[in-house]
Amino acid sequence: MLDLAFHVALVLLLPPLLLGVINKTKAAFAGRVGPPLLQAYWDLVRLFRKDAVLSRTTTWIFRAGPVVAISTALGAALLVPLGGHAAPVAFSGDVILFAYLLGLGRFFTATAALDTGSAFEGMGAAREVSFSALAEPALFFGLLVLVRTSGALSLSLMMAAPWNTASTVAGAALVLVVVSWFLVLLAENSRIPFDDPNTHLELTMIHEVMVLDHSGKAFGLVLWGAAIKLFVFAALVANLLPFRSDDVALGWAAFVCSMLLVAGVVGVVESVMARFRLVRVPQLVVSASLLAALGLVLLVR
Amino acid sequence: MTSSVDLLLVLVVLTNFLAVGTSRLRVCIRASAMQGMMLAMLPLLAHREAGWRAFVLAGGTALLKGWLIPRLLMDAIREVRIGREVTPFLGFVPSLVICAIGTALALVFSDRMPLAPEHVSSLYVSTALSGLLSGFIILVARRKAIMQVVGYVLVENGIFVFGLLLIEAMPFMVEVGVLLDLFAGIFIMGIVLNHIRNEFESLDTAHLADLKED
Repeated sequence: MLDLAFHVALVLLLPPLLLGVINKTKAAFAGRVGPPLLQAYWDLVRLFRKDAVLSRTTTWIFRAGPVVAISTALGAALLVPLGGHAAPVAFSGDVILFAYLLGLGRFFTATAALDTGSAFEGMGAAREVSFSALAEPALFFGLLVLVRTSGALSLSLMMAAPWNTASTVAGAALVLVVVSWFLVLLAENSRIPFDDPNTHLELTMIHEVMVLDHSGKAFGLVLWGAAIKLFVFAALVANLLPFRSDDVALGWAAFVCSMLLVAGVVGVVESVMARFRLVRVPQLVVSASLLAALGLVLLVR
Repeated sequence: MTSSVDLLLVLVVLTNFLAVGTSRLRVCIRASAMQGMMLAMLPLLAHREAGWRAFVLAGGTALLKGWLIPRLLMDAIREVRIGREVTPFLGFVPSLVICAIGTALALVFSDRMPLAPEHVSSLYVSTALSGLLSGFIILVARRKAIMQVVGYVLVENGIFVFGLLLIEAMPFMVEVGVLLDLFAGIFIMGIVLNHIRNEFESLDTAHLADLKED
């Protein structure tokens, strides 16, 4: 019961803090003070106090977009175990539901962007779906590696203790999956080097361009949903890091620390790298898939 | 012990991928330097019982592959002011895919080789084959001569990993001989590079296929 409360509380409250940590890391690298750690929360509060403006060309799909996006992200977050604690919802085969919940959210975000009738947003939608189509194999190959090492088909069992395996190559395969999923995290959440979350109204951006027409409460939901999606992918990576504890309180603390560590590493990557040209992006996403596939070959040979 | 060796070997494969997938010469050279350092750690982890010979081998490898050769290459690209490979003979994504397929095949193939029992489940052979393959890909698919030198270094690194299997059976003079070969090879390539540059004022090896009239 306590674990359930912790899980839900973390899923709802931690995501904006991850953004704060990323921005603070970037600011530290650039020698700036940077926005406050809790800035993302204040942004959400401000947006939820505002009213939304709806274009007359839009239909219910446009209004459903943010709602579906955040609810699918929350649904996926309920399926992911957090640091060895089983997820509130877990059954055999929930990996498929997990992947397609994220897919459904993406579909509605992209359709809502198309629904505005703006060519600019259509372009962003096209980019989003093509890059995530390339990133999905990486996610699945990584999941297959975990299925193979643990012999379970439920996320909670797969990630219960990924490092406690007898096979010596399992560790090597897990390293490949961690690297690959970190690239997927960056790609799916439109971080540098795939997309620059700080640019607005640039012709090269991916996620931001799709949500240009959302405003007020709807935009608040979009931002929160995006933060939860970042949380979900960061949790996937953090679950594979070898920081665990059998003690309940220590276990949760270790998980939160590894989440903050992942966010910090994202911040470091964003500080030391420049955004890739659009034609180079598929190259990196494909190599993420190749790494995870190699991990699988390592295990099944 | 074996699992840490396997982790290191996987990292070696990752640096191969990095070298094959990048268009920047600087990144490519750094990848080969990192790989050299990792290879230097291998004899220490895998062959503690080899004693001082393992240390000498590790020290020599780190010095030569991790520091000296990358430094020479870095100096060379600073001198000729080349930043990146712009139009490779084979694109970066296809090279990466071939490299990954080759590595997967190497993993499958190494199971079928008649190895000594203590090496059967380890990743030595597949890492060696994958290193050879990625080195060959770079040698064949890149235009810039410096990139090809890095490919040559990667091929040699693959042979080095293979040689580690034999460190107990064979005198380590073989290893030293290989290191010496590599060093001589790099020197000869340096001279060749210099000649190409004097002749064509660029390090694009595609020029070598042109006929000159004057």
